[in-house]
Amino acid sequence: MFELSAADWQAIQLTIKLCFLTTLILLAIATPLAWWLASGKSAMRVVVQAIVALPLVLPPTVLGFYLLLVLGPRGPVGSTLESLGFNHLAFSFEGILLASVLYSMPFAVQPLLEAFNNLGRRPVEVASSLGAGVVDRFFTVILPLCRGGFIVAATLSFAHTVGEFGVILMLGGSIPGETKVLSVLIYDHTEAMNYAAAHRLSLLLLVFSFLVLFVVYGMNRRFQVAKV
Amino acid sequence: MSLQIRVRLRRGDFKLEVDTQWPAQGVTALFGRSGCGKTTLMRIIAGLEHVKGAQVRFADQCWQGDTQWLPVEKRRIGLVFQEGSLLPHLSVTGNLLYGYKRTPVALRRLQLDEVSAMLGLETLLSRPVDQLSGGQKQRVALGRALLCSPQLLLLDEPLAALDTQTKREIMPFLSRLAQDAGIPIVLITHAPDEVQRLADRVVFMRDGRIDEICSLQQALAKPDSPLFADEGPSSVLEGQLGPAEENSLRLFGEQGSQLRVHAPDQTASGPIRLRVLARDVSVALDDPARISIQNHLVVTIRQLHELPGNRVLLNTAMQDGQTLLIEITPWSAQQLGLATGQSVFALIKSVALMR
Repeated sequence: MFELSAADWQAIQLTIKLCFLTTLILLAIATPLAWWLASGKSAMRVVVQAIVALPLVLPPTVLGFYLLLVLGPRGPVGSTLESLGFNHLAFSFEGILLASVLYSMPFAVQPLLEAFNNLGRRPVEVASSLGAGVVDRFFTVILPLCRGGFIVAATLSFAHTVGEFGVILMLGGSIPGETKVLSVLIYDHTEAMNYAAAHRLSLLLLVFSFLVLFVVYGMNRRFQVAKV
Repeated sequence: MSLQIRVRLRRGDFKLEVDTQWPAQGVTALFGRSGCGKTTLMRIIAGLEHVKGAQVRFADQCWQGDTQWLPVEKRRIGLVFQEGSLLPHLSVTGNLLYGYKRTPVALRRLQLDEVSAMLGLETLLSRPVDQLSGGQKQRVALGRALLCSPQLLLLDEPLAALDTQTKREIMPFLSRLAQDAGIPIVLITHAPDEVQRLADRVVFMRDGRIDEICSLQQALAKPDSPLFADEGPSSVLEGQLGPAEENSLRLFGEQGSQLRVHAPDQTASGPIRLRVLARDVSVALDDPARISIQNHLVVTIRQLHELPGNRVLLNTAMQDGQTLLIEITPWSAQQLGLATGQSVFALIKSVALMR
């Protein structure tokens, strides 16, 4: 029963690639962003925090719609890219990658923000007084002490990108090997009344998602930041 | 060598206005009530707080100026906080060596075994830090700061979070540090006892300003000194402790101002500090022979101060020039006809070994 077609495999591969890259980019962006958010309470930070959290409440179609306007051939970003000799970003892998980064941003920022708030400033102040520079402090103090936060942020970003559908459909359409990820393929299978194929992939995602959440909640329990 | 600070800061109701300097040697106590701005001032000195327009200079280095800013990790300071400052993911040794490893080899003046011996850490080295008591944690934090071979040691109320018993345990280590480490220390405290034990110089802070900077002896010469808030007026005597005599008594001080004091047998001979509470000293016009108090000194009255609560404080000079404060009642003063310039016998009932 569990035989996957070539198209299924292609979609799985594409999905993994998309999620992996999204997670990498997100960790690189969300870490400094969450650190900055954790280091004060100015009005500017509240604005940024609200913007970051927008994808939590917006219908994915709204986000996808605006991204299509902005990144498409007539949008400000898309047309600029075209005039520079590149392609616009609508209906492309790069486009849905950018969309995924924005869409999963809150899932990377929130756990990190919480971890950094729990950590407080003291360990970092101690490390700097002992002669550790910024990068040194990150790898020898922040990373080991906020390990749980980083693992949760990475897993949630990855998993949430797997579950992305509306934004990709709006911005990327359904181009095999380029934008046709698992969730889109399941939709296509269903539209084509191919319920068996849709079921196989759906079940796969269901089990995967459960495992991810199981791991994340287990982590949360294990990595309560120890205060000494 | 001196430490210079200039800063003006307003945060809501809190104001800090400081333009001062003091010699960067010995132990300087930054003394004041909670909320007077001591910790903020220390954080500015350390570089943990970047206040615009502030200036901080240490010796010939500019730590903060109009355009300069030396980050904390480049200032080579040792910091000890009130509590909770050990890195929980490292063992005791890991904590101790964190700064040591980041200190250039040429600048390392202290080694792990010296520091662990000085602070009694030998048996703790392999323990995880969450299995240490409060006092042990502070000793590790002290050792860790020392192992960076800092050029300035900043101690932010290092004993404030400890109970009395633990304080008593850790105090000798701090005293030894103050004497032996050869590093200028800034000690932030609101405890007069710590100032008397450890400080050579006192910076009095109040409401975000510095009231006065003076030597410990000058600070103790004022009858209304804030240092007398807890236990009443007292004097700190400095001198050499002699070798053990019979009856476990040891000689202290110069000929003519010599005292016999009880000191634990293991106390090494050498410079020590004694505290004498003014109310533990009595005055006699003749040297009483048959009396239980054995320490009798000839002192000269410099001044008589009336204190609130029907007391008189005598500021007297011992023969070696050190100040001894004596507290008596106005009635006794009158009965004995005490006056400035008069020589009397000071009968010292008890002394406390400070360091």
